[in-house]
Amino acid sequence: MENFLYTLIIPVILFFSFIFTGLSGNKFKPAVSGIICTATVFISAALSYWTAYQYFFLHGKVNGVYQIINVYKIEWLKFNETLSIDIGILLDPISVMMMVVITTVSLMVHIYSIGYMKGDSGYSRYFAFLSLFTFAMLGLVLSVNIFMTYMFWELVGISSYLLIGHYYNKPSAVSASKKAFIVTRFADLGFLIGILLLSAFAGTFDFNELTNPNGNAILQSASTTFMGLSAISWALILIFIGCAGKSAMFPLHIWLPDAMEGPTPVSALIHAATMVVAGVYLIARLFPLYVFTSPVALEVVAHVGAFTSLFAAIIACTQTDIKRVLAFSTISQIGYMMVSLGVSGYGAEEGLGYMASMFHLFTHAFFKALLFLGAGSIIHAIHTNEIYSMGNLRKYMPLTHITFLTACLAIAGIPPLSGFFSKDEMLVAVMEKNIFLFAVQYVVAGITAFYMFRLYFTVFWNKDKKYEHVPHESPNVMLITLIFLAVCSALAGLIPFSQFVSSNGVPFSTHIHMNIAIPVVGIALAGILLAYALYKKESLSPEKIKNSLGVFYRSAYRKFYIDEIYIFVTKKIIFNLISVPVAWFDRHVVDNTMNGIAYTTNFVSEKIKYMQSGQLQQYAFIMVAGMILIFLLTLYLIIV
Amino acid sequence: MDLILLILVPVLTLAALMTAGTKAQARMIAAAGTGVQLVLSVYLVIVYLMERGSGNIEQMLFTEKYVWFNTLNIYFSTGVDGISVSLILLTAIVTFTGVLASWDVDYLYKEFFISLIVLSTGVFGFFISLDLFTMFLFYELAVIPMYLLIGIWGSGKKEYSAMKLTLMLMGASAVLLVGLLGIYSYSSPTGATALTFNIIEIANVDIPVEAQRYFFPMVFIGFGVLGALFPFHTWSPDGHSSAPTAVSMLHAGVLMKMGGYGCLRVAMYLLPEAANEMAWIFIILTSISIVYGAFGAIVQTDLKYINAYSSVSHCGLVLFAILMINEIVMNGAVLQMISHGLMTALFFALIGMIYSRTHTRDIREMTGIMKLMPFLSVCYMIAGFASLGLPGLSGFVAEMTIFVGAFQNTDIFHRSVTILAASSIVITAVYILRVVAKILLGPAGDNLPSGIKDAVWNEKVVTIILIVAIAGMGLVPLWLSDMILNSLGPITEKLALIK
Repeated sequence: MENFLYTLIIPVILFFSFIFTGLSGNKFKPAVSGIICTATVFISAALSYWTAYQYFFLHGKVNGVYQIINVYKIEWLKFNETLSIDIGILLDPISVMMMVVITTVSLMVHIYSIGYMKGDSGYSRYFAFLSLFTFAMLGLVLSVNIFMTYMFWELVGISSYLLIGHYYNKPSAVSASKKAFIVTRFADLGFLIGILLLSAFAGTFDFNELTNPNGNAILQSASTTFMGLSAISWALILIFIGCAGKSAMFPLHIWLPDAMEGPTPVSALIHAATMVVAGVYLIARLFPLYVFTSPVALEVVAHVGAFTSLFAAIIACTQTDIKRVLAFSTISQIGYMMVSLGVSGYGAEEGLGYMASMFHLFTHAFFKALLFLGAGSIIHAIHTNEIYSMGNLRKYMPLTHITFLTACLAIAGIPPLSGFFSKDEMLVAVMEKNIFLFAVQYVVAGITAFYMFRLYFTVFWNKDKKYEHVPHESPNVMLITLIFLAVCSALAGLIPFSQFVSSNGVPFSTHIHMNIAIPVVGIALAGILLAYALYKKESLSPEKIKNSLGVFYRSAYRKFYIDEIYIFVTKKIIFNLISVPVAWFDRHVVDNTMNGIAYTTNFVSEKIKYMQSGQLQQYAFIMVAGMILIFLLTLYLIIV
Repeated sequence: MDLILLILVPVLTLAALMTAGTKAQARMIAAAGTGVQLVLSVYLVIVYLMERGSGNIEQMLFTEKYVWFNTLNIYFSTGVDGISVSLILLTAIVTFTGVLASWDVDYLYKEFFISLIVLSTGVFGFFISLDLFTMFLFYELAVIPMYLLIGIWGSGKKEYSAMKLTLMLMGASAVLLVGLLGIYSYSSPTGATALTFNIIEIANVDIPVEAQRYFFPMVFIGFGVLGALFPFHTWSPDGHSSAPTAVSMLHAGVLMKMGGYGCLRVAMYLLPEAANEMAWIFIILTSISIVYGAFGAIVQTDLKYINAYSSVSHCGLVLFAILMINEIVMNGAVLQMISHGLMTALFFALIGMIYSRTHTRDIREMTGIMKLMPFLSVCYMIAGFASLGLPGLSGFVAEMTIFVGAFQNTDIFHRSVTILAASSIVITAVYILRVVAKILLGPAGDNLPSGIKDAVWNEKVVTIILIVAIAGMGLVPLWLSDMILNSLGPITEKLALIK
């Protein structure tokens, strides 16, 4: 078997570029940091492609099955004989696929940022954190041990926090970054408790043992039950809570739209293409455990995913901030992936949902990154996020327009662009297992096409708006990445994905299912036509529809008031109802008890100190009085 | 290595300090003395590891025994294992950085450094003692200078705080002394002439369970008060807020660790039956400490109060871990002592540095200081990340070891309190990020004094040493964790035997 040891370089080199740029970035011209970090990511990306080639085409398959290869593993922290945190690199089809996605998108975002962030005062800090994020994300997908995943999970969380708060002078960015971290931290608590439960019932943190279908972890797990569910189900549901936090599933999605306060390339990298799909990835990583020990947990995954995809798609139709529309679209698409994973079985054809979910993750990364970078290009030109302040931009920004259109068509699922293929596979998988979920997903496909083209027509067509200056096309360094990603978004669907990724490593072949593909394309076209009618032709007035929908529209516009609930819980309950009373109790009850003891002692000694007055008569009096008292007492005792 | 050196160096430093005339001399002597001590401690870790590596499996290494009071069998007996070695290293780091952080003490500088070094002598003596009596003696030696240090060089309600802290700790040590004498009185099966204070010898004696039930709470509470055990923690917020920077660093960083160490080494090790029986009471109290301290920290507005409540929460975790009784979680307890010692020292050092520039510790009066002092602000963020358990920094290693270990207990009570304790990681994130958002980020405030400069050299040395230690422990934890784990055997075996 080929020695894959060089894959170690892929993440580690990025860690060093983070340390170097972070410590000494301000000693050089800003451009130097940008070039160093971009060059490192380029090396990583090149090595990733080489690894993918080696793995998928040369050395990964043994007897027709893709193997799980532990390239490298050292003990990092040992708890006891079986429990330890190991650090290492695990190669299997999904980790290699993710590695390619992460390094590609990261490289594009790095190059794009050289143009986009030009002149920013935090230029080298920004690049240092991008490197840190890419390092952490690679560590997450390559981990050999669930605790190692947890570590890098936290690290991507912190780098996301740092990057959302990049413009730290802006109070809105500061509070958005705080919110993102705390909401995901809350979810991570679920993840942590899930890991602890796993450790107790499966006795290991190692992925090889946890996910081996014939291993102890899976065979011996169903023993204990708690409140009607097996302990392992609880563990997996808790881990899913962690995934829901990272992947912005309802009701933990609230941080993602706010995270758009970060620089737009960051949104493209972290909050669209890579970090937010970590939850999907983790469930895929633990998939054998889910399938064999806890169908209930998978049901939960599927239903939460379906609800979220519908919920977020509806909200996306009402938002007017270009990045927020895209953010809700991301939430909705991740919901899609979750549904598909949730209905999947284990095996080659049986595991179609698993494959489709990974496929959609792959294609989505490209077109969603492209959408965000396109949005960045627009924001760069006209300095606003409001879609109603944009219009007719196709005249000024032809290349941005073409690439953006490609991405819109891809996400809407129009053939032969990439989204069509992955969405088709997902819907086939869902259709086979659960007709109700299929119906939901089918409707969402239409809504997706509608809100994307609502955005598209509003921004690129219609009349000119008042601009501060004439909008200009972005610099070449940004356009190159747009073109590259547009090509990827267009062609990624043609990859025979099932030949590479499947739930058990056995390649299989798929084909387009016309009975599903035609209605899906139909509803997508219907969505586009409706958007055309409403926002291009304006033959139907959007305002009228808004008014006729009334309360429903307003609540969707207010994101169904989930943010208000969040504020209520944090401000009213955690702060005013718990923390303030605790602090009061501490100062006034506990502390005053201690002070009270001191004051009592003080008071008593203050009172009795006058007994030591130094007056002889008084001493004599007390002595005689005491003697008489004792005498009387003795007398009393004798008599009685 | 001769452990007596660890006492001798501070004593010589004290002697040299007596002769110091100027402020420059005094601080140079103090820095040199504590610097030598730091080198010595690093050397101790190395020779300790080499000795273990060469196959020495004695429970205590480098043991020495000097007669102190023959009639009562009081000896000054010293020796170290992995637990005390790591805590000695922590003490040396915090003391050295503490001296550097008080570079600009203006008032009675000589006396200040003398008190500080006396305090550190007490701590070093405490960690190398194997004899209950000398251990107690050094414990008192460490606590008493605290009164002077806060009362004279403190700020705010300093007399009140100093008095409160000293009275509460003295009250606790009165209870502790009774407990220790109780253990002493049962320390020999053969008769009164063979009674001993030596911990290792007592560990071989079976103290009757009825007696243990009396002495365990005394010893545990006696040491626990110093470890901020709820509801005896209220000296901590007042004490920390009034104390000068270096004293807060030493107190939260090192002195509170003596509480945890004492609970582990004396209460749990020598009174195992009662420990197993009564642990649940203290588990409840420490779980309260953990969550309650964290919630308390959310609403505070004084930086030092926030950190003091955070210490209540983190030190609660130490005692909590000690009481969960198994090898993993006790290892976590010691790791948490070291981790908390380092990061809280860093926190207090930074708070002192920020205060000396802004002249306020109120978070409502500061905003956007990242722009004014980027170096200190970045250090503060790193300390905050360590505190909220970011992987790669020390807090993560300690907390995860505790949670994983505590969860290995199979009953529902232990698991529920573990989940409760683990929930503190969220609350910690809330109060840490609240402070970061309020004071470091946002637009720069205009109510702060103008002409604020960033860190100067001694401040940079302090923060860099502490951050390197925190990151070192967080990135490469295995050697430390193994060193501690290998020394926990005797304690956990004794506790498990009873179970």
